[in-house]
Amino acid sequence: MFDSPEVMNIVYAVAVLGILGAVFGCVLAIASKVFEVKKDPREEEILGLLAGANCGGCGYPGCSGCAAAILAGDAPVTACAPAGPDAAAKIAEIMGASAPTGEREVAFVRCNGGVNAQRRFEYVGLMDCVAATKVAAGPLECAWGCLGYGSCVSACQFDAMHIGPNGVAVVDEDKCTDCMACAAACPRHLIVSVPVSKKVRVMCLNQDKGKAAMSVCGSACIGCGLCERECRKDAIHVVNGIASIDYAKCVNCKLCTKVCPRDAITPIATAEEKEKYKEIKKKQAEKAAAVKKAAAAPAK
Amino acid sequence: MNDQIAKLAAITLGAILSNNFIFSQFLGICPFMGVSKKIDTATGMGLAVIFVMGLASAITWVVYKLILVPLNLTYMQTVAFILVIASLVQFIEMFLQKFVPSLYTALGVYLPLITTNCAVLGVALLNIQEDYNFIESVVYGVTGGIGFLLAIVLLASVREKLVFADYPKSFEGFPIALVAAGLMALAFMGFSNLQIW
Repeated sequence: MFDSPEVMNIVYAVAVLGILGAVFGCVLAIASKVFEVKKDPREEEILGLLAGANCGGCGYPGCSGCAAAILAGDAPVTACAPAGPDAAAKIAEIMGASAPTGEREVAFVRCNGGVNAQRRFEYVGLMDCVAATKVAAGPLECAWGCLGYGSCVSACQFDAMHIGPNGVAVVDEDKCTDCMACAAACPRHLIVSVPVSKKVRVMCLNQDKGKAAMSVCGSACIGCGLCERECRKDAIHVVNGIASIDYAKCVNCKLCTKVCPRDAITPIATAEEKEKYKEIKKKQAEKAAAVKKAAAAPAK
Repeated sequence: MNDQIAKLAAITLGAILSNNFIFSQFLGICPFMGVSKKIDTATGMGLAVIFVMGLASAITWVVYKLILVPLNLTYMQTVAFILVIASLVQFIEMFLQKFVPSLYTALGVYLPLITTNCAVLGVALLNIQEDYNFIESVVYGVTGGIGFLLAIVLLASVREKLVFADYPKSFEGFPIALVAAGLMALAFMGFSNLQIW
């Protein structure tokens, strides 16, 4: 049977391809030993605990990069903010470290200008904040204000960032995971991380003082310092022309919001609340004056 | 000798510009569309393809001339070439995972896909069809890969800019990328009459 050339041809074909396959197989088998990459099984576990959104908020290239950095000790176990404190605790367990407990924080846009902000020109270019700032430093008179073209909205992987009704980006605190990808996307660096329980927040970053700030925006902080004087806990201070709150001291009393003449501190107090607070203060002042008088009289 | 150099120059010019694998032979379109979203991954893919195409040209030429031709098995060339290319890609995958892990993760699923990149099989078959000698085959493989790199990096640059373009919603994603690729292929037709002497 093997003497016919047709049959021999088939035998050759099978043999040659078989041998070729076997040779390549051997080469690959050797290569797999030579180029073996030892993987730490913990990396896979950590990766499973991360949020998996590849949002880039941690500063590493994707979740796998973050997992590798946590394993190498370059990143803290809390590096993945979106995964939350539970995941951080589990990662800490894997890493043999104790989980730091901290309050959940959320992103916050420090601007409330929007429709109140003065515009220098009508911008009709690309609907992107970075592009808008390239055109004569942006259409807003205020050099700090939110442009409202939504660079942060497209950076957010969690649908937590939207342009609010007055043309300023607002954060949906239920959805926000504090990954801060929006902060990296904002050309005005307006987005900061704040503790979610502290509701009193200054909604402006304009460092101009007094009239200069007043002329560029209807709701700019003018650095008047009324809030600083009002605060009983020494938690709010005017630094560089802008009020800023020390959340270690703030107790959410909201007194500063009631004295702010510019409605720059959220939650914005209504006119009635302000009126009411003014009256209470007046009465207190009268009372204090009366006490002082009474104390001073017998001494005479 | 001069003839040889002139021929190599002609092969180079042809593989990169006038007979570009992507734009005039339409080989290797899958990774061309798939990995052209970012310039750096596109560059990585292009470099991997240059490497695979050069090496595949060399090995397939040897396999063809030294094994298949003497044994009268030239009709098995496609099967044998696919075997060579598949093992080669496996090998490169291991190599990258060990030495360039960032490129390995960036290329992701597209690295094994080089196996089925028709440009690689195409260059092996064209080498035989054009009856190139060993050096010419390797040069054709490498320069074909450079042509692929040029095409994919150009498209990736266009696609990065496309984010800011104002086109209808229905064109989002692959449709607009295909339109861009088609226009680039038209532009490359301008090279088709290019001659070296």
